Amino acid sequence: MSISEATIDSMIKDLPLPSNIFNTLREDVIKAGVSKKELEEIIEKVMEEYNISCIEPCDAAGVVAAQSIGEPGTQMTMRTFHYAGVAEISVTLGLPRLIEIVDARKIPSTPMMTIALSKEHPEDYAYDREKTRALAWEIEATKIDHIADVTTDLSQMQLIIDLHEKAMEGRNITIDQVKERFNEELNVMVTISQDIDNQIIIAPGEPSYRELLQLAKSIHNVTLKGIEGIKRVVVRKEGEEYTLYTEGSALRDVLQFDGVDKTRTSTNNINEIYEVLGVEAARNAIIKEATDTLREQGLTVDIRHIMLVADLMTCDGEVKQIGRHGISGEKASVFARAAFEVTVNHLLDAGMRGDVDQLQGVTENIIVGQPIRMGTGDVHLISRRMEDIEAEKE
Amino acid sequence: MTKFSLLDHESVPKHEIMSEGELKPVLSKYSIEKEQLPKIKVQDPVSKEIGAAVGDVVKITRKSQTAGEAEYYRLVIE
Repeated sequence: MSISEATIDSMIKDLPLPSNIFNTLREDVIKAGVSKKELEEIIEKVMEEYNISCIEPCDAAGVVAAQSIGEPGTQMTMRTFHYAGVAEISVTLGLPRLIEIVDARKIPSTPMMTIALSKEHPEDYAYDREKTRALAWEIEATKIDHIADVTTDLSQMQLIIDLHEKAMEGRNITIDQVKERFNEELNVMVTISQDIDNQIIIAPGEPSYRELLQLAKSIHNVTLKGIEGIKRVVVRKEGEEYTLYTEGSALRDVLQFDGVDKTRTSTNNINEIYEVLGVEAARNAIIKEATDTLREQGLTVDIRHIMLVADLMTCDGEVKQIGRHGISGEKASVFARAAFEVTVNHLLDAGMRGDVDQLQGVTENIIVGQPIRMGTGDVHLISRRMEDIEAEKE
Repeated sequence: MTKFSLLDHESVPKHEIMSEGELKPVLSKYSIEKEQLPKIKVQDPVSKEIGAAVGDVVKITRKSQTAGEAEYYRLVIE
């Protein structure tokens, strides 16, 4: 004698459960077909189990998280580089990468992007090798070394650039564009040679030996085409779909290109995600990068610990590091800050300002030797005297 | 170049500006003041996108790997 779906819904809809437990409960109950009495028992049991699995009040969630991430951290490789996984692009892995994430570095040591391509119709970029290739050349920064040989002609005080036709064709760039770029970027005389094909001659603004040598250096830094900072683009096919991987990262610029799927393109530079997509996306990126780093090393850390770290790092609306200049440096207590790093400075400054430590936190109470306000230490019993109770009764 | 909404990006969860009426039960549930909520900057790309002003509270519906869906609140600050 099972009850209807509507009755089940009305019985369980007010339960304070997270949505996936709620959905599983609902589905299973409907599938099994239970009576009202059985459902009541199930609800009671589920709520009991749920309450047991919740973290207890006054539990040291932060310390547990720190331990749970720290212990596997001791087993991680100290070696910085790995040619891992994707498309022969070297990425920082292991402990150095984890440190980079929690330190909230502005630029990671190996920035990398994953550019998803649009796949709205069957001929779209994601399914077309030629289009993808062309887009890759649009994005990759082209420098003069990629398409030409540069020789310094000391007798004529000029630089001779011999462009390779094939290379230019591949990168879809013309001799006029090259000339244009040099004109924009440098204060020089650029002429296209009349006698020899594909030759550009550059003379420094003022004919001096020093200028010429400096020019010979600086032309290598001019980005002729593509996005500054994207050193290399690799095309890979995953399943049916082509994806671009880049060495170097410039999320904002890449999102401007046609053919780039703006909703799935991502980078491993958390600060860039924060600037372009906001603080919530940065939080998600921290969680993703940290779990990926740990998983790649074969370590499993419960995601809740990492979520706690990510929430703490982003709780003020910006990405703060866990450390002296971030979370730990902002603690209210002088003792807590002094216990972490640069002890003397903190004590001196506090002394000069006449700071007062309220002894509210854990660290400072351990230092002065008092019970900490955690677990049973955070519970205060208030008793009423017998006389008062009797007085109330009357 | 086509303009796209930041909220469409897969790593940006749903953001909504809350009304006073929605906010009250949340604050009383946790028994806190608005200022004790986590913050989001007014210059944050997403705050700009949804047009949040300083003092608003943004409700964020996150996809959570543990809870399926989780609600989070951020106060918009300077």
